[in-house]
Amino acid sequence: MLSYKFDWGVLWRQPYGEWLLQGLWLTIQIGALAWVIALSLGILFGTLRSVRFLPLRILGSVYVEVFRNIPFLVQLFFWFYAGPMLFGKTLQFKINALSGLNYYVAIVALGLYTASRVGEHVRAGFASIGHGQYEAVLSTGMTPVQMYWHVMIPHALRLIIPPLTTEFLTIFKNSAVAMTIGVAETTFMSYKIDEQTFHGLEATTGAMAIYLVLGMTVVKLMDFIEARFRIPGLMTR
Amino acid sequence: MFDAVLENLPYLLGGFLTNVKLAVFALAGGLFLGTLVGLGRISKRPWVYYPVTLYVNFLRNIPLILVIFWFYFVMPILVGKNLDPFVSAAVSFIVFEATYFGEIFRAGFQSISKDLVSAAYSTGLNFRQTATYILVPIAFRRMLPSMITQSIITFQDTSLAYVIGLAEMVRRTTIVDSIEVRSIQLYSFVAILFFIICFIGSRISLHYEEKSRKAKVL
Repeated sequence: MLSYKFDWGVLWRQPYGEWLLQGLWLTIQIGALAWVIALSLGILFGTLRSVRFLPLRILGSVYVEVFRNIPFLVQLFFWFYAGPMLFGKTLQFKINALSGLNYYVAIVALGLYTASRVGEHVRAGFASIGHGQYEAVLSTGMTPVQMYWHVMIPHALRLIIPPLTTEFLTIFKNSAVAMTIGVAETTFMSYKIDEQTFHGLEATTGAMAIYLVLGMTVVKLMDFIEARFRIPGLMTR
Repeated sequence: MFDAVLENLPYLLGGFLTNVKLAVFALAGGLFLGTLVGLGRISKRPWVYYPVTLYVNFLRNIPLILVIFWFYFVMPILVGKNLDPFVSAAVSFIVFEATYFGEIFRAGFQSISKDLVSAAYSTGLNFRQTATYILVPIAFRRMLPSMITQSIITFQDTSLAYVIGLAEMVRRTTIVDSIEVRSIQLYSFVAILFFIICFIGSRISLHYEEKSRKAKVL
């Protein structure tokens, strides 16, 4: 055992305590904004995977497979370092000069990545709806687009609220990877406190407590949403 | 097109080998500890069940990257000297992934119906025979797809050891990129390499999933 003097004061002493709270605020922002992207694209590509028209189905599958099978860290670095180069030399320098570029890249990259996982759940939701419902809806005279928009997507979404809860929790956890491109979220702040005080153990333990409280809050919120949108007559957990 | 990749190929692939090695340690240790965790989660003894459940629920709510950091800070205090980042990363992966494998194990075990166990007993099998010939084979078959999927996730996660300075593939790519400034081809190469391995893995997982669906064992 190395002699180590614990100093839990780094969790509330100025300015370190404040750093952690600022980090939490960024974690919430990134997670919530990326979730908007993930949910919209996830529903889009998940729906594409269940339509009858083959090219659209392939498009949906390719998206999901590509984004699911590459580590998020690699995707993040690709968008952050290689992304601006894709726009050509002149635009590249303008993009790189943007302030807060890493913040926006983190949100978009996390959204695109999580969309592939949401898409997978959406597809499973469609698969669990009986075939008769498609025929019933179409026989009322709805067009396929109306069918998906008014009946199928709302139905599938209500069926997959539990796995979506897990994804919503995961998006806040994955937002910690944004620290690698310098976004000052919770994990980044705990590391920064270590650099200043050499009390990384206390700082990371404090950050763990923050993620734990955040996670429990999200679970409570989703419990409420699930109860509100539960389909009557189905088995409950 | 891939000139910068080809020039640094041995260096980059050496990093990839580190990812593979880390994944092997993480999976071997994670499966072993995960089995114990799974057993703890189905245990009827409260002094086993509650601590194990606390451990699982705690770690599953925390980002892996933070766990890697935490072990990086705590290991020198426990061991008394600074550790190699590889060892520190391996320990954090084992402790972290064991919670996920433990839950897969628990789900597999709990998916077996009580009637099946009663039926086995009624044919005259004792507990050990029931476990060896009935419980373990069926549970294993049901767990296999999730286990392969979790192994792929573990393999992808090894890239996160980047944060404590382990010279794995992503770390080496950033180093090469800082010299060559060929971000597009370098990061595409890493992405393609990971994609090939993980895509094959996900197909294998799918294959076993379909197979067990067709088999319809109770």
